[in-house]
Amino acid sequence: MSVDRDTVRRIAKLARLAVPEERLDQLAGELNGIFTWVEMLNEVDVTGVPAMTSVVAQKLKWRVDEVNDGGQAQALMANAPAHEETFFVVPKVVE
Amino acid sequence: MSNFTLASARDALKAKKISSKELTTAYIKAVEAARPLNAYITETPDKALEMAAASDARLAKGEGGALEGLPLAIKDLFCTKGVRTTAGSKILGNFIPPYESTVTANLWKAGAVMLGKTNLDEFAMGSSNETSASGPVFNPWRDGTKKLVPGGSSGGSASAVAGDLCLAATGTDTGGSIRQPAAITGIVGLKPTYGRCSRWGIVAFASSLDQAGPMTKTVRDAAILLGSMASIDPKDSTSTDLPVPDYEKALEGGIKGLRVGIPREYRMDGAPPEIAALWDKGAEWLKAQGAEIVEVSLPHTKYALPTYYIVAPAEASSNLARYDGVRFGHRAKDVKGITDLYEKSRAEGFGLEVQRRILIGTYVLSSGYYDAYYARAQKLRTLIARDFTEAYTQCDVLLTPATPGPAFGLGENSDDPVAMYLNDVFTVTVNLAGLPGLSVPAGLTAGGLPLGLQLIGKAFDEGTLLRAGLALETAANFTHKPANWWSAS
Repeated sequence: MSVDRDTVRRIAKLARLAVPEERLDQLAGELNGIFTWVEMLNEVDVTGVPAMTSVVAQKLKWRVDEVNDGGQAQALMANAPAHEETFFVVPKVVE
Repeated sequence: MSNFTLASARDALKAKKISSKELTTAYIKAVEAARPLNAYITETPDKALEMAAASDARLAKGEGGALEGLPLAIKDLFCTKGVRTTAGSKILGNFIPPYESTVTANLWKAGAVMLGKTNLDEFAMGSSNETSASGPVFNPWRDGTKKLVPGGSSGGSASAVAGDLCLAATGTDTGGSIRQPAAITGIVGLKPTYGRCSRWGIVAFASSLDQAGPMTKTVRDAAILLGSMASIDPKDSTSTDLPVPDYEKALEGGIKGLRVGIPREYRMDGAPPEIAALWDKGAEWLKAQGAEIVEVSLPHTKYALPTYYIVAPAEASSNLARYDGVRFGHRAKDVKGITDLYEKSRAEGFGLEVQRRILIGTYVLSSGYYDAYYARAQKLRTLIARDFTEAYTQCDVLLTPATPGPAFGLGENSDDPVAMYLNDVFTVTVNLAGLPGLSVPAGLTAGGLPLGLQLIGKAFDEGTLLRAGLALETAANFTHKPANWWSAS
């Protein structure tokens, strides 16, 4: 299946990336090149093969469900592009 | 100074033949003089001198950690408290972490001195260090007078080690980002087993593949540095609960009886004859030291790169969703509403390669395509990992080329993303299977550029891997250095 400019526009929207109209065709071409190349994976019979979920043979560790960090609202604000006291400021979300 | 290794500088400091202040001052000068290489994004000379003074005080009392007083360079992907950490991206151009990554915290605890933060491909996505928002890095090695890339993504660290701008450096490796630049700059690079070094505080690219490791002048130095980088970390749920062995001690004992596997699928059609010749030579070197050479098969090798280019962008698109212009990072001005803020901040903050990979990742995870791409790739990953398990019933380590060729010129692989991705053809399988891989400088091309060989080990068997690496290093006796063209003096 081939990627066209409408598909690029759609996935750019999903990815929250502003892609200018004039770049859509070039990106469609690049993505098609990559997706054509990965099609070779279809040669392999993967019937009955489990998808990899962990690369090392170790179960994810458990810990006690308790607060062990926090209270750092000021530190969180240090890199905020815009904030008031300990609130992040964003454009109006609800009309 | 440029003759020092991590090991010899450590010994000289312990014997009080030199002070950390003297050593650090010399490296600060070398770093300043080497700005044309663009290896460092941020230099931290004041911090370095402060740390050196503290080290000298500890050394004077006969105290000090395993890396006491030793000046290192840190890839600018490791968060360093109070020191700008950019990940080579405009979107983190002004980011000053309020915390320290576990790996760097381990290094400072061991007494190491930070010279600065090294350049890299943006978000570690690249094989040439050309995608950095801070501009390309140059390889200390040139083809005549033609400038070359240092590889990537840990290109700044590789260039800094090869150009004697630090004793050693940290790197990270998601598909070959330590081993490929190490190979083409003539240094040693080790990607440890997934889970050996904590990922906490390292800017994430692809979380199931990312792993930090040492980039050094010698195999012994890699053993020393890994010993301090590795730890068991409760802050990283994938950090493995195995005690960190004494890797330097593991270098002893030789390789008599070691079974070295040669995977036949790594003989690529169209690969330069020099690569195959060096590989054969490597096998002979190991055999001459008592190793047994075994031919093995890794039948799914050719599927590794396309599998990687589904899995890694998928994870990246998810990890990079956090850069939204709200809590930290670049924020677009003059926006119409919150969606516009997200879309413009990300479009302005991310470079073209990062955007391309986010789009690939979003596509392969999107409704209707998930099974055809992502789920299939994760099954292929199981098959690729099984290949290694099968091969390791017949051998203890594998020997392969590290890269398909030597360092190349700027812009030479930029037109075709797939051509650039092929740089990682020999390294990417190792990340997909979570195994440790070591690149060792092994020879020069006819044109005088370094080439490396790669050894691949069993999971958490870095000790055997390093011992085999030492054997390879001893036989190769790679003592070539690039001529200094970059400093004016």
